[in-house]
Amino acid sequence: MKPLSRRKLITTGIATAAGASGLAVAGGLAKRYGLIPPDGGGPFGPGETLTYAAQRILTSHSMAREFSPSQISNPPFANEVGPLGGEFKHLQEGGFADWRLTVDGLVARPASFSIADLKSHPSRSQITHLACEEGWSYIAQWTGVPLSCVLDVVGILPQARYVVYFSMQKDWWDSVDMADALHPQTLVAYGMNGGELPVGHGGPLRLRVPRQLGYKNVKYVTRLTVTDNLKRFGEGLGSASPEGGYAWYAGI
Amino acid sequence: MSDAAWVATSAAAVPARTVTSRHSALVRVTHWITTICFLALLLTGIEILISHPRFYWGETGNIHTTPLFRIPIPASRSSVPTGYGYVLQDQNGWSRYLHFQAAWLAVLTGLLYVLSCLFSGHLRKDLLPARADLSGRAFSSAIANHLRFKPPGTEEAWSYNLLQRVTYLVVIFVLFPLIIWTGLAMSPAIASVFPTAVSVLGGQQSARTIHFFVTVLLVLFLLVHIMMICLAGFRNRMRAMITGRAGTHKEGA
Repeated sequence: MKPLSRRKLITTGIATAAGASGLAVAGGLAKRYGLIPPDGGGPFGPGETLTYAAQRILTSHSMAREFSPSQISNPPFANEVGPLGGEFKHLQEGGFADWRLTVDGLVARPASFSIADLKSHPSRSQITHLACEEGWSYIAQWTGVPLSCVLDVVGILPQARYVVYFSMQKDWWDSVDMADALHPQTLVAYGMNGGELPVGHGGPLRLRVPRQLGYKNVKYVTRLTVTDNLKRFGEGLGSASPEGGYAWYAGI
Repeated sequence: MSDAAWVATSAAAVPARTVTSRHSALVRVTHWITTICFLALLLTGIEILISHPRFYWGETGNIHTTPLFRIPIPASRSSVPTGYGYVLQDQNGWSRYLHFQAAWLAVLTGLLYVLSCLFSGHLRKDLLPARADLSGRAFSSAIANHLRFKPPGTEEAWSYNLLQRVTYLVVIFVLFPLIIWTGLAMSPAIASVFPTAVSVLGGQQSARTIHFFVTVLLVLFLLVHIMMICLAGFRNRMRAMITGRAGTHKEGA
């Protein structure tokens, strides 16, 4: 091997400096435009940030594919859920008439909705694909009120950046950014395949985020909190998923 | 470390002047980054597969669906009927994180390699077969030589032989793009942006199944690749890919 020539040394130096400053500028821009996910630190941070930033830019106007009624999977499949506890049983016996969805945080008019309240708002039905990170999937029709509609009713404040959602299952909570929260296909779903949403599929109320994988579609939703900072929730990683080792953003 | 002295075709014999490099620095660096990424992708891919070792064709597939085929291994999810009385540990969290991080690094490295291939002449000089070699006779003699385990001639110390060229071209320009495409087609977000990229494959479960088969082909390539390196002289070939030096005097040892 030849010894390094001066020219080569200079070119390599310039290339390294350019690369490093390029990365710094890209990092700064990503931060400024909110393209760094809440679990963007740690050893897998670079990969997560690249995925989230790239998909956020690509999906800014995209709609999840919708299918024809003949493509609905029969029967649909749902992973088993853990025991739901006495409170859930009690509400279930009452036909979920007393189920409440409270909405608070950075909103002008905090509110609490019953299932009937939610049904009185304009509904949307869509036949979409639900894929689990494990590899299985099914197609079903979901009916619900668009999350954007609920957020309109309570009036989100301008500094809102994420919507955090909590489940009757204490260890399940998650969040989406405003791009997904305000997306027309993101539903607070109460119906499935023409009927009520079955308990096995998250009934009476489930969040439906069709551009992300199954685990973002938290079941038994009881509370929505609008926030500008995810650090305040749990371990500050944006959802229960990263605390269990799974990525916050599940677009892939 | 100059490419200029590389021999143009596999048919030519001896380099015009003393060459110190069999592989350029860029080829060596991208080769080893790709190796690390491939092994990480393979390991994490297997971990992810274990959570649902069943494959389907079309848009959807789950345990209520008849699979195209299933892999007779235990699963890391109790919901999957495998016939085994136990469930493996869930490793999907870090496996998915690492799978996508390694995929990004592999794709960026691959782009750098392909771009430099086009501009440095590596593609034309070392990968595209010489016109004279594009005959049935050249192929059959190359295949016959391989089947007889004929040691490579000294000219192969400087470039790739015909079968190597064709194999590398297929891996770089067919299998790698296909595995990236089928991987992205499984993403619900990507499917929302490029629905046709999913439907032409037959659906998201078809994409997953093709992703699996391309992995099998890539693993086969890896095994044959390692076997050929051993046959051609493991130490020389490894030294060439690490330091760039070819070491012709012991070629074929």
